[in-house]
Formats: sequence, structure tokens, C-alpha cells
Amino acid sequence: MDELRELYQEMLLDHHKHPRNYGKIESANRTAEGYNPLCGDRVTVYLLLNEDVIEDIAFEGVGCAICKASCSVMTEVVKGKSESDASKIFGEFHDLVTSDTDTEFDADSLGKLAIFAGVREFPLRIKCATLGWHTMQAAITQSEDVVTTE
Amino acid sequence: MNSQVNHKAAGAGGRSNADTPALDVERIRKDFPVLNQQIHGKPLVYLDNAATSQKPQAVIDALTHYYAFDNSNVHRGVHTLSMRATDAYENTREKVRQFINAQDQSELIFVRGTTEGINLVAQSFGQAYIHSGDEVLITAMEHHSNIVPWQILCEDRGATLNVAPMNEAGEIPLDSFEKLLTDRTKIFSVVHVSNALGTVNPVAKMIQMAHNRGIPVLIDGAQAAPHIEIDVQALDCEFYVFSSHKMYGPTGIGVVYGKHELLDAMPPYQGGGDMIASVTFEKTIYNTLPHKFEAGTPNVAGVVGLGAAIDYIGSIGLPEIGAHEHNLIEYAEEKLLAVDGVQLIGTARNKAGCVSFVLEDIHPHDVGTILDQEGIAVRTGHHCTQPVMDFFGIPATSRASFGMYNTKAEIDALIDAIHKVKEVFG
Repeated sequence: MDELRELYQEMLLDHHKHPRNYGKIESANRTAEGYNPLCGDRVTVYLLLNEDVIEDIAFEGVGCAICKASCSVMTEVVKGKSESDASKIFGEFHDLVTSDTDTEFDADSLGKLAIFAGVREFPLRIKCATLGWHTMQAAITQSEDVVTTE
Repeated sequence: MNSQVNHKAAGAGGRSNADTPALDVERIRKDFPVLNQQIHGKPLVYLDNAATSQKPQAVIDALTHYYAFDNSNVHRGVHTLSMRATDAYENTREKVRQFINAQDQSELIFVRGTTEGINLVAQSFGQAYIHSGDEVLITAMEHHSNIVPWQILCEDRGATLNVAPMNEAGEIPLDSFEKLLTDRTKIFSVVHVSNALGTVNPVAKMIQMAHNRGIPVLIDGAQAAPHIEIDVQALDCEFYVFSSHKMYGPTGIGVVYGKHELLDAMPPYQGGGDMIASVTFEKTIYNTLPHKFEAGTPNVAGVVGLGAAIDYIGSIGLPEIGAHEHNLIEYAEEKLLAVDGVQLIGTARNKAGCVSFVLEDIHPHDVGTILDQEGIAVRTGHHCTQPVMDFFGIPATSRASFGMYNTKAEIDALIDAIHKVKEVFG
């Protein structure tokens, strides 16, 4: 149960049950849709970009706890950041969830994102954790296609 | 080599009742080496049989024996090994004939699996019989493999794909189905047992209704073959398609049954070796049935393994297997419904093979991860039936599907693990 407790820790479940920035931004100037065909997770990310700053971000969709919590935390940490900073944070997050389980990580610099360290024990769930982020990237670059995790 | 044992309990000819299992399950379990292992420190509880069943030692031995002693190409070469391989291949065709009571071996085509089988019929039958303005009828509970091949065909031919609706229980009401059988309907294709819901469709009745209008019928039997005795002559269906790997045989092999006169009139699906009688650059004369539809070197080992699986099932008895699994389904439904927050998806009166469920608003993917930590393998997802999920307004379900080796104790373990899921999600 220990790995499970680490995966489904309290803060993650809280973001799952009470997702932040959930819904649509009517004035969004960028949107993208992400889809994980393995489990049917589907999210839409809305961005309000001003110059290169993410002034507002929201998401909606259906997904597992990890997918939803990851989207929720993502919206919190990238709001107000520049595009390039958001991409950098995604890189750090991606490194975290795909790293070996015995790799040390810098909890301080990762901040809230550190709650996803438990995903490393469950390689099949990495895509759940990264779907929202890939979708945000697609929204920034305004890719027309539905993003999939495949 | 072939360790066939008659497992049938003495006198257990008919259906068992709930209290006296006709199967010696503990003994059967010993025939499946994969079951004897721990996952995350817990005994493996394999409840994903609708995705693929495990293989008994007899099937594994048959594959090993074939490659160790008999491997050769079939239908060519006069040497001893080629003769042995050909005999093993064609003897299995006879076993398949008996397994589904086809009239003649020429009506049985080996393919890669149910998916390829349906594609074969859609393409070949479609080329011969389906034209612009025609209609193809399927149902709302089909697997993607019984939707997409017909979509491709209809698009190509300018035909229309109609879908017989489903009710909340996961059954196809026959009156609304009958209304969609029209003068333009050129084929009706339906799943025998739903992989997502467990519904056993009344295919005999549906075939009769289609035949009243002269419409041929394809039955997707992928989920029926391991659970239900099939008699294609009694059903009178034009086509019946199923896979080896869901009935304890190897992956990569399946069977298309087709009525001889139809197969004979249909054009080849693929061209190549073995499907020809003679070839010149001007004209090719096709081989006789069933070889006309078996282009290229076939999956000989797979066919041999399928033969061993049919023998193994025969040694246990399909009616006894079906009765045992029926008890498991009833037990699982009763126990699941006793868990607060569980909702069954698919409540048809006649079910086989599986129970599908959702647990509160916990995503099945999370359920699956937690069950895996308890050693329990279930399928979580849309089960390649996205329209079925859309119908019920859910993204996915968790599905426990049963085989001859599953036990009530394993269902108890599943229920305990579901309580753990609830615990984690508080």
C-alpha cells in the first residue's frame, strides 16, 4: 500500500476532487484538446495569452485522478508565467515523472509538482500525468490536431 | 507430450447447480502455469479473460512440439516434415469443424483473428454484393472491429451503415431491430456476446428475422467461443468468426466460418501463394475453398495450438465451463452490488463471460492501478466499444471477465480490493 499512498496522496486527491481553474475561458485566444486513447481521458485546455504571458488558463474534461490533479496543479503553477517559463516547468515536471525511482529530486524547486513523484512507481500512469501538459503545449503552439499520448 | 486428462467429474454430464461445481477447478488451475505466480507480493487473480485467456500447458506443449519436431511449410514439399505440418494444420480444421458443427471443412478459413475475419467478409462479400444505395446493419453494442470494417466498406461502396439501438439494460430490442431490416439491407453483422457488457444476444432469433427478409448474417463470436457451445448449422448463420486466443489457444489465429456457396461466390481477400491453382501473367485460376482465402504461409503453429486448445476445452466440457462461469457471474454481481457505490454497466437477462462496473466517480483507470497492487488483473477502459461508453455516458468501465479456472475466492479478493480503492479515495 505504501506506493499507492504515495501516488494517491492527500493533496493529489484534493486537486482531483476540487480541481482549480476548472471550466472554460470565454475569452480564450488559444485552446487545444488532448486525448489518451488508452483510458479515454479527454481534456481541453484554454489559454488567454497576452504577448507571451499566460494571463489565464483553465481546463475541462474527463479523466482519472492523476490526469485531473495534474491539470489542476498545472494551471496553478503556470498562470502568470511566460510561455518559455511554462515550457521549462513542463520539462522539469516531465523529468520528474519519467525519472528512475531512486533519482533524487529537488522538492523545493518543484514546489507543488513534487506530489507527482509517486507516478514514477507506475510507468503506465505517466501518460495520465502528462496529458494536460502536452495539451497546454499544443495550445501555446496552436497545433490544430488533437493531441494524443500515443 | 499431450497431457490430456479427462477432468470431467464423474456423471457431470449436464449443467451444474450452484452448490456443486462440476469442474475440478483446483486441478484445472494446475494446467495453467501462468496462474502460479505472485504480483506485488499477492497471488495473481486473473480476471481479464475477455481480453485474452491464459494458455494451458497442453497448448504450450503443442506449440513447442510443433517447432521442435514438425516445423515445415504446408501444402508444398513432398518431404516428411511438410507432410506432418500439413496434417497437423488440416487436422485442426477438422477439429474446428466439429467444434462449431460446420458441415464441411471447406467452409473454415484460418485468419489472424476475429478482426481480420470480419475485414475479410466485409471486403470480399462487400465487393460482390454491396453497391451504392445498399445498407449494412450492425448494432449499438458492437466492438470497434465490427464497426470500422463496415464503415470502410460503406464509404467505399456508397452504402449506408445502420445501427440497431440498445436499451439501458444493454440489450437489443427485437422490434426496433426488425424495423431496420429493409429491402436494401445486404448483410446484418452482430456480436454474439458483448465484450463490454456481457450481453448474450438472441442470435438464433435475430438470424431467423433477418432470413425472413433474405438477409445474410455474420456473427462476431470472439467472446462466445470460450463460453457457449456453437452450432453454426443450427444457427444457420452465413458467417461466424472467432479468435483462438480468447479460448485458451495462441494469439494470431482465428477462424471464419462461411456457408460454402457464399464463400465460393466471393472474390479472394488477398492474393499470393497457396490461394491459387495456376498463375500466368495473363490469368490466375484460384484455388478451391478454403485455400482461396488463405494466401501466403499461414500461422501453422497457431493453428496447431488452436487444435490443442479445442482438445483441452473438450476434455473439460464446454457446457460445464459455461455453467461454472455462470455461477461466477451471479456471485460477482451479487457481491458487487453489495458494495456501496458500485453500479453494474450491462444488466441483460442473459450474460456470459464478464461483469462491467463503475465505482462512484472514481475513474476505472485509478481502480485498475489499485487492483493491480492487490495482484488483481482486470481491464479498465472503453473496451474498444466507445459508442457503448457514450450510450451510458461514461468514459470507461472496470471489467472482470472469467474463465474456467476462476474461483469464488478470487471474486472475494476482487471485492476486498474494491474496498481498498474506496479507502484510498476516502
